Order: sequence, then C-alpha cells, then structure tokens
Amino acid sequence: MIKSKDLLGIKELTSEEIYHILDTASGFRDVLKRDIKKVPPLRGKTVVSLFFEPSTRTKTSFALAAKRLSADFVNFSVSTSSVVKGESIRDTALTIQALGADFVVIRHGSSGVPHFLSSILDMSVINAGDGANEHPTQALLDLFTIQSHKKSFKGLNVAIVGDIAHSRVAKSNIYALKKLGAEVRLICPPTLTPAGIEKLGVEVFHSMDEGVKKTDVIMTLRLQLERQSKGFLPSLKEYYKLYGLTTERLKLAKHNAMVMHPGPMNRGVEIGSAVADGPQSVILEQVTNGLAVRMAVLYLLAGVKK
Amino acid sequence: MPKAIMDSSDINRVMRRMAHEIIEKNKGMENLCLVGIQKGGVILAERLASQIESIEGGHIEVGKLDISFYRDDIHTKEDHPVVKRTEIPFTIDNKTVVLVDDVLFTGRSIRAAMDALVDFGRPAYIQLAVLIDRGHRELPIRADYAGKNIPTSFDARVEVTLDEERVKDRVVLFSET
Repeated sequence: MIKSKDLLGIKELTSEEIYHILDTASGFRDVLKRDIKKVPPLRGKTVVSLFFEPSTRTKTSFALAAKRLSADFVNFSVSTSSVVKGESIRDTALTIQALGADFVVIRHGSSGVPHFLSSILDMSVINAGDGANEHPTQALLDLFTIQSHKKSFKGLNVAIVGDIAHSRVAKSNIYALKKLGAEVRLICPPTLTPAGIEKLGVEVFHSMDEGVKKTDVIMTLRLQLERQSKGFLPSLKEYYKLYGLTTERLKLAKHNAMVMHPGPMNRGVEIGSAVADGPQSVILEQVTNGLAVRMAVLYLLAGVKK
Repeated sequence: MPKAIMDSSDINRVMRRMAHEIIEKNKGMENLCLVGIQKGGVILAERLASQIESIEGGHIEVGKLDISFYRDDIHTKEDHPVVKRTEIPFTIDNKTVVLVDDVLFTGRSIRAAMDALVDFGRPAYIQLAVLIDRGHRELPIRADYAGKNIPTSFDARVEVTLDEERVKDRVVLFSET
C-alpha cells in the first residue's frame, strides 16, 4: 500500500512499500508474457513525460508502461517547448496539470525538482532522475531483477562499481539495498568517491580486485566519458585496466554472481563485452523488468487518493 | 457474531456434487478446463479438477487468474489487494472454461474475470462454479453451479477458509452488528 501520491525517491519509501511494488511488478511481468499485453486499470488517465535530460530506456519504458495500462501518454519535448522561451518549470508543470494530466514523469539535471513539483501539484509526480540525487525506478527494477535470482536480500553482498560521486542510480540502489538488509560495497576511484559516503553504511574499496571478492551481485555503472576531460581520470583505457569488469575479475566473485548495468553501456570502459554478453549478465533482463516495475508504480500510484 | 455455515465434510460433499453436475451438463470432460479466480477460487478449482478426474478418468487443465487489473474499483478502493499470479499455460480457444470462485456476491469480480479471460483467447463457452452464492447481484451474472445459497444482508461478511490439508476448511457468516 503506497501512501504518497508521488514517487520521489527510495528515501521516502518503507521496506514494506518496496516489497509491495516488487510483488505487484511480478503480476505485470506475467501480463507482458501474454499475446495481449494490455490491461485496463489506467484507462482514461493521462501520463506526461517531462524529460530535461536525454534518455532511451527510462523514457521509452514509461511510455510503454503507460500504454500497456491503457493510459494515454504524451511526451513533452522540452527543446521545442516554451521552456526555450524562458517559461519556468513551475509554469510548465502547472500548465500540464491544467491540461488534465494525472501523472508527470520528470527527469531534470537539478536535484530536488520532483520534490518541488510535488509540493505545488495535485497530480502524481514520478522522479525519473533528478541531478545526482535519486533514480528510484532504476533501483526498484534492479531490486526486482536481483529478487528473481536470489532467495533473499538479507546479507546479500552487492558491489556497485564506477562513478559513485555523480551517480543517482548508485544512491537509490544504496538506499534500497540497505533498507532491505543487504551488504553494500562501493568500488570507485578515489577521485570519484563522494566524501562521507561511509555514513550510509557502505564499505568503500578503491581496488576492484579486492572489492569484487565473494560478491553475489556486481552493478557496474556507466562512466560518463566527460569525466576524462575534466581531470577525474587519466584515460578511459586506464579506467578499464583498473576498474573494468573483465572475465578474470568476475571469477573473483561468487560463481553465480549476477552482472548488472543500468545502461547505456560503454563496452570496454566499465565492462568487457564478453562479460556484458556472458551467461551471468542480466542486463537485458533489467530492461524488461523495468517495464513491469514502472507499470507497477503507475498502477499503485493511481490508487492513491489525491 | 459468527455463524458456521459449512464444515469440512459439507464442503467435500458439495464439491463432489458440483463435479458431477459439471460433467453432466458438459456431457463429459472433453474441451473442458477450469480457471480459478485468485485467490479464493484457486484451491477450489484444483479440488474440482481432481474430483472430476476421479469420476471420469483422464486429465483436466487448471489455470489461475488474478483479476486485480480488471477491477472497476481501482480508484475508489482504499488499498490495492496484493496482486497474485496468473498462470493459464494452455489455450482457452474453443474450450469450455469453467470459472471457479469461492463466493458470488455483486458479480463484479466475475465481470472482471470474463474481461481478463477474453484477453487470453476466445472460449467457446464460459461457465461459472461457486462454492457460495450470497445474493445481492449488481450485474446480470449467475452461477451455473453453486455449492450453497445463503441469503445474507449486504453488510454481512462470508468467509471461506480452505487449506491444503483440509483441516481448517469451513464457511463462516459474520452478520453485520
């Protein structure tokens, strides 16, 4: 039972709410296996996506999720909208609400934008990524994927590798995994490690070989290629040499360790192709699960009285 | 004040009778399949299936159907019931599908189940088997096979308990106070 009309972050969810979303997503995963992949619960509702940053997976996933629930979906293209003329995000959102939208799915470069919108809007606000803060549906689909393969989260050893400092995916996953009782370790270069991150109850490694030992799950994060030019790394080849998930490094983990990546991948930078395409990789499963999880989120938020 | 309506042996007898009725009406088991509505109808469907098989021999397909996504009260109900699995691992085209549920009340769950079912295929016939019919229909829906008819007031609650070991099987009526 979700209490809030919005999904702003994992921070705001209890573990019961998280499990409820995952259980609901199982039902939707069944729906996606049928010939007729559509069900009627959001018939007559309108979902609008408001993406200020580019996206393939998340945006398409939400669009399909809305349509499979029989909702109407409208994509708000920021670059051709009045935002270009200087219209504020507040007015943009109020305009969308005045047009009768029931949900806004927002991705923005500044942390806290979804929270701001939630306070001024009656319609449901779903955070599709805000700055370096959170990306809650990514964490939920990652949890869902892990749950399909592992018996329990309690005591599970999960490593998150990459540019943790700039990663909202990492943060949401840290909150989520900790809430459900998993052990989380971060593997990152010292230049990409956020100060004080140990306060979240995670162990920090700067050595990939040490960090992946005996892990059950390895989540590799996308390295933004701009980091090289800004002086965080000497070169992408160096990053791959020290932090890339290669076949050899994967052998240091448990034998049935899961390999995950939120996408899009930079092959040969954070992950080797053999691993990305190998038998332990669940990267494409994550994409499929993302659809089921987003359907679950829309379905559950639709039932909350506004 | 709870009132016991049926105990374990009552339920058993009624299911045996319903199994015979289903076979009689359909002139055998051919093209027949059962789909239990989550969650009260699932165990019932499995028991009916084994009853039917022990009478006629052979094997009858049993599926389970969650109707949460087809309900008409998503936006008015306080909380969402937990979504359960839907598994219909066989085709329902041209088959006689007997929907199975524990209690027939307003008929809205059955309407939702039929909408769900037609998204899976095109059955030749849909029939309905329920353990308890408690009246108060709000839609033009009726049971083909009913274990027991219980007149109830609208605010009463009928609770059907079925467990795998058949130890706790019972039907209890809670009158409005």
